[in-house]
Amino acid sequence: MNAAPVAKRIGLRHQSAGSRRNMPHPVLEVRGITKHFPGVVANRNIDLDLFPGEILAVLGENGAGKSTLMNIIYGLHPPTSGSVRVGGRQLECRSPRDAIAAGIAMVHQHFHLVPTMTVLENIVLGAETTRRGVLDPATAERDVAELCQRFGGQLDINLQAMIDDLPVGMRQRVEIVKALYRRARILVLDEPTAVLTPQETGSLFQIMRGLRHQGTGIIFITHKLKEVLDVADRIAVLRRGAVVGHARPGATTEQAMATMMVGRVPSLTIPKTTVVPGPLMLEVDTLTVHRDDGTTAVDRISFKVHQGEILGLAGVQGNGQTELIGALTGLRPVSSGTVRLNGRDTTHASARRLGREGDTGHIPEDRHTHGMVESFSVAQNLVLNLCNRPPFTRWGLLRLEAIRAHAGRKVADFDIRTTSLKQPLGSLSGGNQQKLVVAREMRDGLQLLIANQPTRGVDVGSVESIHHHIVQQRNAGRAVLLASYDPDEILALADRIAVMFEGRLISLSPAAQVDRNRLGLLMAGIPA
Amino acid sequence: MAALHMATAVLGAALMSAALMAVLGHNPWEAFTGLAKGSLGTERELAVTVRKTAPFVLTGLSVTLALKAGLFNFGTAGQFLMGSVGAVWMGIQFEALPGWLHLPLALAVGIGSGSVWGAIPGWLKASTGSHEVITTIMLNYVAALFAGWTVFAGSSLSMTRPGPLWDATAGPVSASPDVLASARIPWILGPPLGIHWGVALALLTALLVWWLMERTQFGFELKTVGAKPLAARYAGMRCGWTTVLAMTWAGGLAGLAGAIETLGVHYKFAPEFGGGVGFEGIAVALLGQGHPLGIVLAALLFAVLDAGALRMQFDSGVPSDIIQVIQTFILIFAAAPALATWLLNRVSRTQRASAAAAGRRA
Ligand SMILES: Nc1ncnc2c1ncn2[C@@H]1O[C@H](COP(=O)(O)OP(=O)(O)O)[C@@H](O)[C@H]1O
Ligand SMILES: [Mg+2]
Repeated sequence: MNAAPVAKRIGLRHQSAGSRRNMPHPVLEVRGITKHFPGVVANRNIDLDLFPGEILAVLGENGAGKSTLMNIIYGLHPPTSGSVRVGGRQLECRSPRDAIAAGIAMVHQHFHLVPTMTVLENIVLGAETTRRGVLDPATAERDVAELCQRFGGQLDINLQAMIDDLPVGMRQRVEIVKALYRRARILVLDEPTAVLTPQETGSLFQIMRGLRHQGTGIIFITHKLKEVLDVADRIAVLRRGAVVGHARPGATTEQAMATMMVGRVPSLTIPKTTVVPGPLMLEVDTLTVHRDDGTTAVDRISFKVHQGEILGLAGVQGNGQTELIGALTGLRPVSSGTVRLNGRDTTHASARRLGREGDTGHIPEDRHTHGMVESFSVAQNLVLNLCNRPPFTRWGLLRLEAIRAHAGRKVADFDIRTTSLKQPLGSLSGGNQQKLVVAREMRDGLQLLIANQPTRGVDVGSVESIHHHIVQQRNAGRAVLLASYDPDEILALADRIAVMFEGRLISLSPAAQVDRNRLGLLMAGIPA
Repeated sequence: MAALHMATAVLGAALMSAALMAVLGHNPWEAFTGLAKGSLGTERELAVTVRKTAPFVLTGLSVTLALKAGLFNFGTAGQFLMGSVGAVWMGIQFEALPGWLHLPLALAVGIGSGSVWGAIPGWLKASTGSHEVITTIMLNYVAALFAGWTVFAGSSLSMTRPGPLWDATAGPVSASPDVLASARIPWILGPPLGIHWGVALALLTALLVWWLMERTQFGFELKTVGAKPLAARYAGMRCGWTTVLAMTWAGGLAGLAGAIETLGVHYKFAPEFGGGVGFEGIAVALLGQGHPLGIVLAALLFAVLDAGALRMQFDSGVPSDIIQVIQTFILIFAAAPALATWLLNRVSRTQRASAAAAGRRA
């Protein structure tokens, strides 16, 4: 048996996942990795093997230490103790450069692409082909195109497109091609599906299977249980920094994995009492909103949300939900139509007026662009949009005591895992950042709560608690508009379900009249 | 961390300067001791250094405050000049005013003039999106020409009339009359040391700016706008308005620096007095790492360089212009900390290597 299973070039080898058993040499061996951060142990004595041609799912709650482990493997953080071996050789003096040289590629949750450069330029950046010191774009283009072709359509991508113009799923594809171009034999995907639509997730899985077929070892990080069962060969579960168990998809269930992850039995469904909807709170009438490029994003939409009800806004990403919510929260101009909040005309109200005076809570779709400031502390972020009101300010002076007390309460109520209230938010794990944004927006005295993808990137345990809080808001008599790309989330929470497709509402009906199947069809634009 | 950063930047700059002096055939050790003697050697020289710290503190604060709002204030020189002219305009007239009123008014007019000069690029940015780096630099030129004109002595040759603040008794010299005694900043320590209360005022202002940033709603919003404009908008903050206010504050701080220099040191305005602050504010801000204490220390360092330059030239023959090179090195290393760390690591490694070699030889 050849003990150096390193393909000279990805794609020249065809090694099926099945033959792994006769080839017992792991391509990656993690031994006894421990990582201390001030105040937390992010990884505890972790052992992990990855074989060529397998997809290893690493499952764990937010803050379990998944990203930290991957960053150590990729050479971004030095471990406190322990070692990483690639192809039997220990990696010393670690930096991403060493990792790349050893054939490790990582696709971070937040992509590292240059938005103003083309796809091709991004792919070859740092590994440019040159002829006598001069860039040779023709050769590069040929190589990349060849690489993409080998995947028979799954990696189709316009090499001349500008990154800025591409949807998230495509950008991720660019990151993957970039990894392949560097001849990675170990591919680390840190929560790749958190930002994808179901369709994009499907095609990502196709790509992953193709790579597995060609002998690449893939570490796939997620906390979505369904995905793990769908695509993984082997599962390792992390909890509070330690590996707490292994499983194989054929021999486990969602419930069993969730229990391992959270350490208790979480409820995967939310108990909802019936609440009789109260008076009208939000009334949207023939609203039209345009995108920045002038195309129509929201096309004459009308709906109402009453107090004490959750209106679920379902739809595949890119069908106008983002722009609709932008308009409702004062962040995007309305082209025509009216919006009335509690009887008052708020069609052209600014975000300032809506959030600060009209008491609309808004959990933004993408917390990183809008919802938080990474360099600010946990406590500061918890008053980001409340800093102008009592008790947090008086005569323009911040009242630190009140801000701290508020933060202490929110951190406890929403189980935000942080070492201190002063910790910069950027150093919290993604799910805990999301919990913080949710915690901030669920405040007293709200009239309307607009929750856009409220559980994006959070684990089962936290999904449970966020859903619980949303239902609580409704039970307390608030109007809730919940937008989600995840049909299961809509079905779990909504009292009425509206479906957006290409800027229009193609369906609006009580939740009881919509089942999973029908909702899937509606989201695909097929009215029943 | 910040302290370490400061130390590396200064050390890196010192090393580079020493290397440069050595290449030019001078003895760096002599130069540095000359610099120290000239700025810290005697009480009198120390006093000069302390006095020179004030404008650097204030312009450093000006740049820092703008930076926290995400703005690059390259206009401290112009704002300083406008502050000087404003303070002088107030200080040379209104003889009837008592000192307790005249001095504060003169300072206030200086601050106000600087504020306006800062607010203009702020407003241009907020309303038209024009980049503040360009507009502040342009306004530096406008301010320099305007300030020069106010005290211009006139010329019979070109038939130009003198400026409105020109001192007719001074003959052909372009300068303003002396500031009235009631508008002068009093001494903490009188001549021959000559430390005035403006120095204390500058230090107090450092505290005030820290307090403004850390303890007020305005500071919180300003930092949010600077860190992430989209998040600020989401949170209902007024980005444009905050930009204007931040630049107004920044201009006011630089204006105060100008007012203190004219009312506390020169007692008049002449065009050449503005030369004292140019881009040092930027270097002080970068070196001071946005922390008030850091800014004071950085300002002190720049005052040392400024005050000791002549003595350095005298003692070691190193031209005093080298000081500007040192300042530039500090700026570079403060802006690129990785560079300084790399350099220091290299130096210590070669030293270790040569020490080891020496050990082997022994
Ligand atoms: N740079 C850092 N500094 C301090 N603490 C950190 C840092 N990065 C991660 N942590 C902490 O380490 C723990 C694990 O985080 P992370 O690996 O991001 O979790 P996951 O990816 O599983 O959600 C968390 O408690 C987090 O707050
Ligand atoms: Mg993570």
